[in-house]
Amino acid sequence: MKRREALAKLTGRERYVDDLPLQDFLWGMTVRSPAPRGRVTATRFGKDVDWSQFVVVDHRDIPGPNVVALIEQDQPVLAADYVRHVHEPVLLLAHPSRDSVRRAVRAVDVVIAPESPALDFRIAPAPDQIQYGPDNVLKHLQIVKGDVERALAQAPVVVSGTYETGAQEHVYLETQGMIAYLEGDVLVVKGSMQCPYYVLKALQQALARDETKVRVIQTPTGGGFGGKEEFPSHIALHAALLALKSGRPVKLIYDRGEDMAATTKRHPARVRHRTGLSRDGRLLAQDIEVVIDGGAYVTLSPVVLSRAIIHAAGPYACDHVRITGRAMFTNAVPFGAFRGFGAPQSQFAGERHMDVIARTLGVDAVELRRINLLRDGQTTATGQAIRDGTDRLAVLERALELSRYREKQPEHAAFNATHTTLRRGSGLSTFYHGAGFTGGGEVALKSRLRVAGRPDGGVEVLSANIEMGQGTLTVFTELAATRLGLEPEDVTIAEADTSRVPNSGPTVASRTTMIVGGLIERAADDLRRRVGLDDTARGGTVKQAIRRWHREHPGEPLLGEAAYEKPPGIAWDDKTYRGDAYGAFAWAAYVAEVEVDLRTCATRVIDFVAVQEVGKVLNPTLARGQVQGGVVQGIGWALMEECKWRDGAMANNQLTNYLIPTSDDVPSVRVAFLENPYPHGAGGAKGLGELPIDGPAPAILNAVARATGADPRAIPLTPEKLMELVDGQASVGAQHAAPLR
Amino acid sequence: MNVLLPATVPEALDQLANDGTAVPIAGGTDLLVHWPVRVEAHERTYVDLSRLDSLRPLRWTADELLLGGLTTYWDVIRDDRASQEFPLLVDAARQVGAIQIQARGTWAGNIVNASPAADGVPVLMAYDAVVVLESRRGREEVPLDRFYSGYKEMKRRPDQLVVGIRLPRRRYSYQVFEKVGARRAQAIAKVGLAITRSGAGWRVVAASVAPTIRRCPAVERLLETGTPIASPEALRPALAQDVAPIDDIRSSAQYRTHVMARVLYHDLRDFWGKRA
Amino acid sequence: MLRPFGRRMAALSVSFTLNGSPVTVEIDPAHRLLDTLRYQLALTGTKEGCGEGECGACTVYLDGLPVNSCLIPTYQVRGHRVETIESLDPGALEPFERCGATQCGACTPGVVMTAWWIREHVELLRTHSIRELMAGNLCRCTGYDGIIDSVEEALGERGRGKGEG
Repeated sequence: MKRREALAKLTGRERYVDDLPLQDFLWGMTVRSPAPRGRVTATRFGKDVDWSQFVVVDHRDIPGPNVVALIEQDQPVLAADYVRHVHEPVLLLAHPSRDSVRRAVRAVDVVIAPESPALDFRIAPAPDQIQYGPDNVLKHLQIVKGDVERALAQAPVVVSGTYETGAQEHVYLETQGMIAYLEGDVLVVKGSMQCPYYVLKALQQALARDETKVRVIQTPTGGGFGGKEEFPSHIALHAALLALKSGRPVKLIYDRGEDMAATTKRHPARVRHRTGLSRDGRLLAQDIEVVIDGGAYVTLSPVVLSRAIIHAAGPYACDHVRITGRAMFTNAVPFGAFRGFGAPQSQFAGERHMDVIARTLGVDAVELRRINLLRDGQTTATGQAIRDGTDRLAVLERALELSRYREKQPEHAAFNATHTTLRRGSGLSTFYHGAGFTGGGEVALKSRLRVAGRPDGGVEVLSANIEMGQGTLTVFTELAATRLGLEPEDVTIAEADTSRVPNSGPTVASRTTMIVGGLIERAADDLRRRVGLDDTARGGTVKQAIRRWHREHPGEPLLGEAAYEKPPGIAWDDKTYRGDAYGAFAWAAYVAEVEVDLRTCATRVIDFVAVQEVGKVLNPTLARGQVQGGVVQGIGWALMEECKWRDGAMANNQLTNYLIPTSDDVPSVRVAFLENPYPHGAGGAKGLGELPIDGPAPAILNAVARATGADPRAIPLTPEKLMELVDGQASVGAQHAAPLR
Repeated sequence: MNVLLPATVPEALDQLANDGTAVPIAGGTDLLVHWPVRVEAHERTYVDLSRLDSLRPLRWTADELLLGGLTTYWDVIRDDRASQEFPLLVDAARQVGAIQIQARGTWAGNIVNASPAADGVPVLMAYDAVVVLESRRGREEVPLDRFYSGYKEMKRRPDQLVVGIRLPRRRYSYQVFEKVGARRAQAIAKVGLAITRSGAGWRVVAASVAPTIRRCPAVERLLETGTPIASPEALRPALAQDVAPIDDIRSSAQYRTHVMARVLYHDLRDFWGKRA
Repeated sequence: MLRPFGRRMAALSVSFTLNGSPVTVEIDPAHRLLDTLRYQLALTGTKEGCGEGECGACTVYLDGLPVNSCLIPTYQVRGHRVETIESLDPGALEPFERCGATQCGACTPGVVMTAWWIREHVELLRTHSIRELMAGNLCRCTGYDGIIDSVEEALGERGRGKGEG
């Protein structure tokens, strides 16, 4: 099935929040902290402005607690006496003229008495920089399996390495924005978001309104990638406060520079490995330490850390594993969800480390993976027995075959010998990604969904999960239509409006098709039963039965319902961090071929092969698009996306200076799928959206290492950094100098 | 904000003469970047050049290619003779932004924007371009390699308009343009190099490694005198005389120096040590 | 519109051809073509992605060439021809639907404008690759293959005589 809303998007008819007609509204804008830490001693309003024309909101205008609801209640809606990061929102302004409100924001002076900020998550904070707990550790987690110290002591070989990943900015092409207005006594908030119910909860809490007095509606969303998971709650609250104070509709749209500087980014990370092996490359012990920078508020750092450590040991069998994780408080703009959510960071480290091990031991990099890849019956670091029947070696083999990995080795050697300034090489990564919320998370979400039978015989899917380009509307349509034997035209997907749709959970964690799609299937079955049909009824029979039901029950809603049920045989212990972390893992092997110009140390990816097993591919075009998009984001993160920091905020907050790949920077991404239906995923599917960004960065760096002989350990591997390595031919284990922030 | 809409070049020259703070605007690809948030820029007076149609076309004479004051990058890319005789212009133009910028950006605008990282200026300079300026006081012609006197400082008076850029038609025995950016398209140069060789001698022009785009006389001398150069490192003393790269948001001085040395060394490997 | 200082800005009258029809608008001289299209003429198909001429989401045609409308002062289009995404024939976009050219859609109108222009100027492919010509349209979702495949399909159909116009 073609993407359902494709033509609307292709013709420019799809309307995003800033496209919606709005009468008599005010433009809202945010006044922010200029300093990374300190006491707000004054807010001075410039003399040349007629402030009576403006709506001005500060923390005193917040009816409920001054907190944006999330994991911890630590982040204010608006800073009151104290600021913890540059760009922290302090005041809100609104005016009918966007130009006027822009000028007005500049005319407000937020005066901070500065205190010493903690700006490097890798070094222990000074005593006067402690701002969270006794040691600025936002979260500490540990996974223990076996006895890693003893195993290391007994291992014939131990290989150590330290790896670093930089922050990454989402650059969704539609910047963040919200509209807020009152409809009678109901506050309506519409905008670009991934999680309408997160926004609802935040509004209810801080505005002290019950759920009948707030309505949240997701508008078509121009990209999210996690950047619109938690942050939209802030903008929603800001727009709402201005709307409530003025009694007028308010539109608050971030321009690109503000969006890049003030919203969340991928958590920077440093990962240390100490790995014990047999001489032929069998993993005997993995001791891993993961540290991530959480920034100035907790946001989602505990969960990012969780996923990072669960994936840190890679898709390999090893009896003795210890993974320690820490999320650090710093006075940086808080970091947040970004596709992959910790797994790209820890798997970058793990997969680069595998090649470092291979080189140290003199073992072939492919052979090293082959020896250690999990076989059915073996257990992960958390003790989860993998029994899904996926042939993980076949995934690897297919990637090697499609990329001609082995054939290219002598070709590269010949090329490198005959070219003065160019070097080529291929690198691989094998990795995995658990779909859905970790451990008991899906159970805790208590997701619910409805499929309604319409009077005309068609059906409407009512869910809170949204389309942001990944294909929700199309896949949901296909699943409902397939389940009931209907045509796609008979299926509508309701707008994600909290006054109409139940809470089927957030659109995150690669859960939408696999888990929420599964709810659609079960709700459709429930609908069928309610109209007196059995599970074999399809097509015209179903439509007729729905129509007949409505004739017999005029004015009543016909709702098939489903609530999330944990698949059987899954058990997770949150206290010991052991058990079945995810219902299903998707498995992948990626190969990157690069060409490095030694004059400039610029790296070009000239070929990329992405092979993965994701259960069942429900829609080949959509699935391929997810992989290709994720790979290109991974290429950008590996080679050119560099956040430059000043006082913990992004200094290069423009697309001229923060570079994402253009069409001319990437090759065609060649994609292949292996299938092994997952019985508990809709249509047999496993989650796919995030997997593709876990693999490219290490594959690329492994390729650069093979092409040049250098030993990069950190991303982004910019030409500047590669040149330092190539010139110095830095030895294994060296670390980069810490950049000033 | 005030905008003046002259219909003819003399009218524009009058407006520039009457208001020394007025800013001529051509394609707008530099002046309008981040326009909504740059509220100070809204307080100025602009002289819109877009209807001065006589300035748009490029012209070929027996001895010259004459780019107009409003000739765009795309105009040159589409000119077949330019590809033949001034291929570096086409190379550089293709690396300015992408089509959307090439369709609007003008060579003259690139010159007067005076960015040390400009893309058009290095190749124009390597072709010995001469800037033609008009004002109510008359015409003035300044060789491009003497046009800049310091960072964002140039020999254009506020009442002058660039109405043309003259390029002598020559046979070139060697020419290359290298733009080292952070990605292949839509990138600001970390290092730019335009090199030509003709009967008039060697021209080595560097971008992004000094407060202005400039020729590299010490490097040119090495080439003219046929001094043997055995490695990129051997170029360092000459580079130290000619350029002074800095650390900035895009790159580092060290990287720029290394890259310039390497690119020069490798591109000109056939020429070091050989007198003309 | 009023600025905080209370001074009214002098409006300019700008007449141009928009999507084939003559139009005259009274504009604030500080407006960009993007602002006039989106907020005054309610043609919201053209999007603002960056305001700096990097992303191409604001691509329109000016006298038949793709340009970034975020970098064009509206007063400069007087007497010229402007075409927006709203002027393209939806019926001709089937290759883009089929080949996965769009995901979230935010870059899409700009992408389609440039892609369609390439399709109408096939001779450019003698000197340029499709990827080079599309490099001024950033996309964060597709990884570009869906877009390039669509352009190739559209070119192929043109060669086969389908969808002329």
